[in-house]
Amino acid sequence: MNLNDLPEDEYFTSGHTACPGCVAPIIVRNMMKILGKNTVVYTPANCLLVFGGTYPYIAWKVPYFHEAFENTGSSISGAARAFKKKRKDVTVVGIAGDGGTYDIGIQALSGAAERNEDVIYVCYDNEAYMNTGIQRSGSTPYGASTTTTPPGKKIPGKLEHKKDMAEIMRAHEVPYVATMSVSHIADFLRKVEKAKKIKGFRYLHVFSPCPTGWRFDPSKSIEIARKAVDSGMWTLYEAEYGEIMDIYKPKKKIPVEEYIKGQGRFRHFTPEMIEELQKWVDKKWERLYGEKP
Amino acid sequence: MPDKGHKYGEGGESMIQKLEAKKMVITGDHAAAYAALLADVEVVAAYPITPQTLIVEDFATFVDDGITDAEFIMVESEHSAMSAVIGSEAAGARSFTATSSQGLALMHEMLPIASGLHLPIVMPVVNRTVAAPIGIWCEYNDMMPQRDTGWMQMYSEDNQEVLDMVIMGYKIAENHDVLLPIMMGLDAFILSHTVEPVEAPSSDEVADFLPPYKPIAVLDPDNPMAIGTFTPPEYIQELRYQTHRCMKNARKVIYDVTKEFASKFGRNYHGLIEEYETDDAEVILITMGTVTGTARDVVDAYRKQGKKVGLIKLRFFRPFPAEELRKALQNAEVIGVFDRAVSYGVGGPAWIDVKSALYGFDKPVLNFLAGIGGRDIVRGDVEKMFDIMLDAKNGKAKKEIVWINTRGVEE
Repeated sequence: MNLNDLPEDEYFTSGHTACPGCVAPIIVRNMMKILGKNTVVYTPANCLLVFGGTYPYIAWKVPYFHEAFENTGSSISGAARAFKKKRKDVTVVGIAGDGGTYDIGIQALSGAAERNEDVIYVCYDNEAYMNTGIQRSGSTPYGASTTTTPPGKKIPGKLEHKKDMAEIMRAHEVPYVATMSVSHIADFLRKVEKAKKIKGFRYLHVFSPCPTGWRFDPSKSIEIARKAVDSGMWTLYEAEYGEIMDIYKPKKKIPVEEYIKGQGRFRHFTPEMIEELQKWVDKKWERLYGEKP
Repeated sequence: MPDKGHKYGEGGESMIQKLEAKKMVITGDHAAAYAALLADVEVVAAYPITPQTLIVEDFATFVDDGITDAEFIMVESEHSAMSAVIGSEAAGARSFTATSSQGLALMHEMLPIASGLHLPIVMPVVNRTVAAPIGIWCEYNDMMPQRDTGWMQMYSEDNQEVLDMVIMGYKIAENHDVLLPIMMGLDAFILSHTVEPVEAPSSDEVADFLPPYKPIAVLDPDNPMAIGTFTPPEYIQELRYQTHRCMKNARKVIYDVTKEFASKFGRNYHGLIEEYETDDAEVILITMGTVTGTARDVVDAYRKQGKKVGLIKLRFFRPFPAEELRKALQNAEVIGVFDRAVSYGVGGPAWIDVKSALYGFDKPVLNFLAGIGGRDIVRGDVEKMFDIMLDAKNGKAKKEIVWINTRGVEE
């Protein structure tokens, strides 16, 4: 599907209170245009809950529910089984952040994937706990400054690299795993369309630059998302039953230095830190593409 | 009750095979699972924990044998079990789970979410010790701390009551004046793994007593609504009041339902409390769970000796039967409260609430802590409770809180 062919219908409407330049509403709005009316949405605790689901100003035009933080996988399992029992054709979607996916929610997510529940799980990944004020998560990249990994005199930001969550989900051998970015919108829409048609557990992982948390100019969100893909910091692929069926390779791989430029969270980077991050990217590149960059 | 519920989805019937009324010799766990089957639950999500395991195993057998086509979600934790049944109940399906002890503690975060969203989930809890130290035997320290989560809670005396209460539980919880979840305690091993004769009604009789669940708020794409929104202070206080009111409403509904159940099935549970030989009793012991049976025997024996003793079985702990107790205890001279749990530094949780209910009564209210950690409560222990109360009647009360049969502690 092309952007031009997207339905006019809106299921996540304007008037929500996301920060300027936030990618999450772009993800959700476009995704919902494809998923359509017969969809039930769950969000755990995250920015999306607050900016789209605050009573009485609800941005959702489809049934929407929230229970807690760590249980997206099990909450959507319950709803989906109820619809199955009642023979209602409803797409059940859970939309969690990286904290709710990589960290506190990984157990319920893994359980739902292992049971091959008939649901779509979306992770919008802004690489830290943004809703609570930019604390590190298992998704935060190496060296990044967050409020719990402040670059100090002794420790220069986060010491560990980003966990590869999509690969963990691929290891569950579920019907569909896709990594996506709104900078590559045609690919994004195609993957949502494909996920909608598949039965069983579908995991969509979308890169979601956060101007507030990453400290960049809100007009640059899409540009930064594109640079993440071009540098190899974020890789677009899709896998069916654990096997990668399609992987996007940037025409020209840019150095990570170019990606981190303009993001305040990396401002304190020394040449050695840049080198460490580049090494991580190159290793990931080799693993995913089967060749040296 | 006006028919204002939401008709939703096809059918609602899960049961494939009709079940005849029969007398069975079964464990408390089996009684709980069989009752869920009779209640025609649509979604079950559960995680195994000793001594609740027989409930999930039995229900899995019902599903695999094709007796029901209920959805059974074998989740990876109790937290997910409660999360899943909240999701299924919000989608309009009658839902069931069961747990015990550590599992209930892990669920704790989700309990006020179930009640706050007014989802009438029914959950047997096999009452077991909470760690540390870890133990698997009977204690109420698992369920008592869930007192303020907005769940109704009651304790069963025998396996028949377990079966009957699961069926009545749905009828009480799904009443539109209540719409609160309910947990029913059954004593670990004493009931959960002990066989007793139980009369099970037929599925047709239960269907007649318990009509399909009609939710008011439900996840329905034809009528979209948001359930569990992020809510500012302008609204939450009123919602808390509503839940408070629902819990108060539950008292009348429990009476109505137990009365209707008695007229249909012949077993009368008398609402929130059950009185035994209380009319002229000078001392009255308040019990919960299986110890009630032992206490009944002791009352009979003491009555034969001319001692004016009586018994109240506290069935419901939430809603708390404060008015009922004030009425039933007005002529008693000494009151004793049995507790199988302790609020550290204060006393037994049931005793605390009984004392609060009896505020202004000028008579001793003693507390007997016994059976904690699964220690057996034998007839002599209950006799000791009555003897201490009879002593107190003659002005010889030594202590307000008595630890029965506890090494190193004077009684």
